Amino acid sequence: MMVPFRALVRKDIRLFLVDRRALLMSFAIPIAIGSFFGFVLGGQGQTDTARIAVLAVDQDRSAISREIVTRLTAEKSLEVKPATPDGARAAVRKGSATVAVVIPANFGQQAGRAFFGPQQKPEIGVLYDPSHSAESGMVRGMLAGDVMQAVSKEMFAGPSGRDAVRQSLAEVEQSQSLAPNDKKDLENLLGSVERWNTRSGRSGDSQAGLSGGLTMPFTTREEAVTANRGVKYNGYAHSFAGMVVQFVLFLGIDVGIGLLQQRQRGLWKRFRAAPLSRGVLLGSRAVSASVLAFFVVLVNFLFARLVFGVRVEGSMAGFLGVSAAFALMTAGFGMLIATLGKTPEATRGLSIFATLIVVMLGGAWIPSFLFPQWLQNLTVVVPTRWAMDGFEAMTWRGLGAGAALAPIAALLAFALVFAGLAVARFRWEAEG
Amino acid sequence: MLEVRALKKCYGNVVAVDGVSLRAGVGENIGLLGPNGAGKTTTVSIIAGLLRPDSGVVTIEGRPLAGDADPVKRQIGLVPQDLALFDELPAMANLQLFAALYDLDGAPARRAIGEALDLVGLSDRARDKVRDFSGGMKRRLNLAAALLHDPRILLLDEPTVGVDPQSRNAIFDNLETLKQRGKTLLYTTHYMEEAERLCDRVVIIDHGKVIADDTLPGLYRLLPVTNLLAIELENGDDGLLLEPLQSLPGVRSAERRGGTLRVGVRDLAAETPRVLQWLVDQGHPYRHVVSERADLETVFLNLTGRSLRDA
Repeated sequence: MMVPFRALVRKDIRLFLVDRRALLMSFAIPIAIGSFFGFVLGGQGQTDTARIAVLAVDQDRSAISREIVTRLTAEKSLEVKPATPDGARAAVRKGSATVAVVIPANFGQQAGRAFFGPQQKPEIGVLYDPSHSAESGMVRGMLAGDVMQAVSKEMFAGPSGRDAVRQSLAEVEQSQSLAPNDKKDLENLLGSVERWNTRSGRSGDSQAGLSGGLTMPFTTREEAVTANRGVKYNGYAHSFAGMVVQFVLFLGIDVGIGLLQQRQRGLWKRFRAAPLSRGVLLGSRAVSASVLAFFVVLVNFLFARLVFGVRVEGSMAGFLGVSAAFALMTAGFGMLIATLGKTPEATRGLSIFATLIVVMLGGAWIPSFLFPQWLQNLTVVVPTRWAMDGFEAMTWRGLGAGAALAPIAALLAFALVFAGLAVARFRWEAEG
Repeated sequence: MLEVRALKKCYGNVVAVDGVSLRAGVGENIGLLGPNGAGKTTTVSIIAGLLRPDSGVVTIEGRPLAGDADPVKRQIGLVPQDLALFDELPAMANLQLFAALYDLDGAPARRAIGEALDLVGLSDRARDKVRDFSGGMKRRLNLAAALLHDPRILLLDEPTVGVDPQSRNAIFDNLETLKQRGKTLLYTTHYMEEAERLCDRVVIIDHGKVIADDTLPGLYRLLPVTNLLAIELENGDDGLLLEPLQSLPGVRSAERRGGTLRVGVRDLAAETPRVLQWLVDQGHPYRHVVSERADLETVFLNLTGRSLRDA
């Protein structure tokens, strides 16, 4: 039985290798799309991300407003351009700018007075594109810091700050509503600031002390937690895992369609006329499909390793185990497809649609952790989710072989279910 | 020897094969003749083990066919109606695969492939991909693929569909060679000329039932007339009386069709001079005479009341 079994497996592999379309779909296209998505998703952690387009409308033209615009412009993640109020609104409406910051007239003066006293706070208008609410939140955070620094700098070191302090001091002295002790403390505070301002203005020393304004009292040290210390997250690891899962499943569809085509072309009659058991006929197809799927997984990840530095940071045995289990699941999936429709044409469209759905739900396009929690819980019934989790665990997450066991077990279970259904539903006796 | 007894196969309410029985001895060439949908392919599929009959039995060399992997299937070579070949692969790769299905590998496989390619005249095209072959070459390769394991019985399901006359003749030559080598051929066709040329015996099947099973002379004996004279009269049919003509010894029928007289005779050689002399004597000189022989089309028409091509 081994001669026919080997010959049938060899035939499938040979047919795959001479089929340009199959090679394109298994290697060129997943590599191209995986490379593109990997680049978009941050690549190897060195790629500059797109800056947020911000328009600054300065209607105040004060030292404070100019300082705010200067500070915003200096932010690395923002691309700030000046604009008129109408132009800024129109640009945000059209989507050519994400956020517009409108600093109204007299902002500097009002902000200075509000800095030390209970006066009404002036408003900065923030116009934003509602489809980019996350970016507008980032801009608001940066704006808060920049405004605080610009106003405090001017209040402690600038000429308008001196005027504002004097005016605030006069208002405190004339206040009838303040308690005597509070009044005295505020007079001492403002008096100290006034003396500081006078001294700073005389010496011209704007580098010392608070001349730079209030600053954030902390900095952050960020660390992406990946396989090992010093190993950066590699966006290509996710994108290649996703594309491998998608296009290997397409290979599975081709396995099923190929069986239907063999039936349609009469080849199945020739196979069935030979003294071969059903186990040999279907088993050889399952083995050849598994071998091809495993091969496609390895070649794609090898490309990602050589070109984009995607490493198996975790267990190599675990990675190979996930790859093999996924290949077996693909073979079962392909066999099942062969039983779904009567003709290749009728089956292809339906199976591509079903595959794209499970690929999407499995997190091959966007990571599953971005899904709502209920969807994350639901997708455990989708085999692609286990494949993605397994590949990601073994590549950039760098987990041990133990983390591969659940994905391997789940994929093997899916393979068994698919193969069982395929054998039960297979139309052995069809004439055509 | 192949023997089929009382095969029956239904698809829902449709009876595809209804009690078909036939026998094919060693070296015999049996034609399974019938219109499209008569049940020929279903019968062949059951014999080849592709379909399980609802009832009835197929025996090969006295052994009933049992199960997918029954070694007795090695005695059968199937030439499907479809071109069951991998177009993307060379002819040699196709044949290597089909040989391997019967456990043939290495030198025995190479020898079998060489002989099969020689027989069908494709030895020089062994390395070419099948998609580059003409329709006739593909048909011949389709035949070669069924010969690799040296089966005793060849089931040929309409093996000449869609081929040009030259390739058809080449296939006929191949089949005659195989017959000379002692192969038993079961040949399904709806082309009566093919059955007449190739077959020792013809089984006529219609609506899933065998309606005749005999040698060609035996089938023709079922007909009231086997030879026909078409006589074009010089003066048309003016005044010709048919009854005296029909009463001549050996004349079985006579009818007029325009200016042509059609006379059915039992023995062409004996009766033709007598009929022609009678016409001259009666003052009806003839201009042109053609003889026609009854064929399987006539047999089918006689048995079913329908033309084979229109059925």
